[in-house]
Amino acid sequence: MTHRRYYYLLALLTVLVLVSFAIALSSGSVPITVRDIWQLLTTSGDSVQHQIVQELRLPRALAAFVTGGLLALSGVIMQVLLRNPLADPYILGVSGGAAVGALSVILMGAAGLWITQAAFAGALLSVVIVFGLAASNGQWSATRLLLTGVVVSAGWGAVINVMLTTSTSNKVQSMLFWLMGDLSQSRAEGWHFVLLIAGLLLMLSQARSLNALARGELQAAALGVHVQRLKLLLYFSAALLTASAVTIAGSVGFVGLVIPHMLRLLGARDHRWLVPSSILLGGSFLLLADSLARTIVAPQQLPVGVLTAMIGVPAFLFILHRGRRS
Amino acid sequence: MMNPNPANKNILLQVNGLELVIAQRTLCHQLSFELQAGQRLAVLGQNGSGKTSLLHTLINLRTPSQGDIQLAGRALPMWPKQDMARTAGLLFQTVREDMPASVHETVMLGRLPHLSGWRWETENDLNSVEEALSALELGALAQRDVSSLSGGEQQRMAIASLLAQDPLLYLLDEPSNHLDISFQIKVLQLLSSKVRLQNRALIMATHDINLAARFCDLVLLLDGNGDYQFGDTREVLTDTNLSRAYQCDVRHVETPAGILFYPIS
Repeated sequence: MTHRRYYYLLALLTVLVLVSFAIALSSGSVPITVRDIWQLLTTSGDSVQHQIVQELRLPRALAAFVTGGLLALSGVIMQVLLRNPLADPYILGVSGGAAVGALSVILMGAAGLWITQAAFAGALLSVVIVFGLAASNGQWSATRLLLTGVVVSAGWGAVINVMLTTSTSNKVQSMLFWLMGDLSQSRAEGWHFVLLIAGLLLMLSQARSLNALARGELQAAALGVHVQRLKLLLYFSAALLTASAVTIAGSVGFVGLVIPHMLRLLGARDHRWLVPSSILLGGSFLLLADSLARTIVAPQQLPVGVLTAMIGVPAFLFILHRGRRS
Repeated sequence: MMNPNPANKNILLQVNGLELVIAQRTLCHQLSFELQAGQRLAVLGQNGSGKTSLLHTLINLRTPSQGDIQLAGRALPMWPKQDMARTAGLLFQTVREDMPASVHETVMLGRLPHLSGWRWETENDLNSVEEALSALELGALAQRDVSSLSGGEQQRMAIASLLAQDPLLYLLDEPSNHLDISFQIKVLQLLSSKVRLQNRALIMATHDINLAARFCDLVLLLDGNGDYQFGDTREVLTDTNLSRAYQCDVRHVETPAGILFYPIS
């Protein structure tokens, strides 16, 4: 892809972000026209419409966007780190650890606030366990990391199943929503955005080295990249980004796997462009999916994780098929 | 002459008492040699005799068990990684193309050591990529995905990337892999002329004794047990030496294209 085409892509994605926000803020049980949104956002007032947009829809939309951005960025990093097209943010057991943390709190009947902390603690615990096991002999290859992550994830899966089968049915309901990824209770904090922007800048500064690492560790080392240092940075950045995403919305699947690949298949392979593009596309993708999740079977809400798969699977297969033909 | 001392030639690479042990096998024992600017060295030996490991050791991708290596007068561990990548570049024997990338992007990666900080590629970088692509006759394939290339085309792409990297010392691991005979000759002629005219140097590990005989000034013949022979191509490449190193009866004929070695039985 030439620079000009990358600029077009970024411009297109920026428009997509704006459109997604417009759709998210206008759709719902109380219809609000797109024309009114700007006025409702920029003025203060205590009409019902003001409250709906400013206190319900906007915070949820921001949470969806930042979660999608965090997951997509983390997916880009994981795929380079493991040099595996099937890698996603959860492959190292982060979501499993977070789920066990969150579910324990739900099981004990504690309040919603503690779910976030417990999930974050669980995610970090998993990160440390996987890294400790994979890197215990000082050398950690992508394969070793991947295998350790998959096995630790399976371990968390077993613990989750024990928790699900031994708890009462009303708790199981909220556990399932958490496991599938759900934004209905989500609020993004300021630091989530700071983290996303810090992650973006950090990865942009390493983007050229990421291009080299995607070709192989030895190849990158021969081109002057500090491979071990870079891998450490990638591992812990991806883990932190995923852990924060999981604490906002539970384990929303598919965004981290599919978004970077869609962009790669469309021709965006240079990480200097892939990184920002992924954040924009991941954010708007989750925002659109969440708008659907809360309107498609209204007044009931679906977990957003269900929708990401329902939209993501056909979209991904379509692009994959088209890419193979050309 | 700038330097009146004849012992102080323009030595690009100096290897002293190198010891390479892999999986409890000593592949190199007390290996010492030097390479001057303008010289081409072939590393020959049986499968598993340590050719690839030696090349990797020469750019610090592998740490030797013992011995020291000086690149342009500076010990390997003292080199900042980026500086070293500007000075010595390696053509890998195998590359797995797992992630999608275009030919142009991959060749552009060779410019990585020349870019610092947040700087984008300049006109200069683009030009050297274009030059490398046309030298390897890849111009028409520039926008193709690497996974759609044939083996020979991938090898030409990797060589183009090395040309774009523009190092003083070319390290080539099986440069003739997958290449048809015309490209084998073209590639080595191109690199030889760069070595000669621009005072660079070249080391190639190869199975093709005849290419080594034709294009290299020096030969390092590894026997896989730690012993080696190093010297002028004419001196090292004899029927006796080759027969012993490859454990196979080797003879030669003189042809208009130079000496040709062939195995018997």
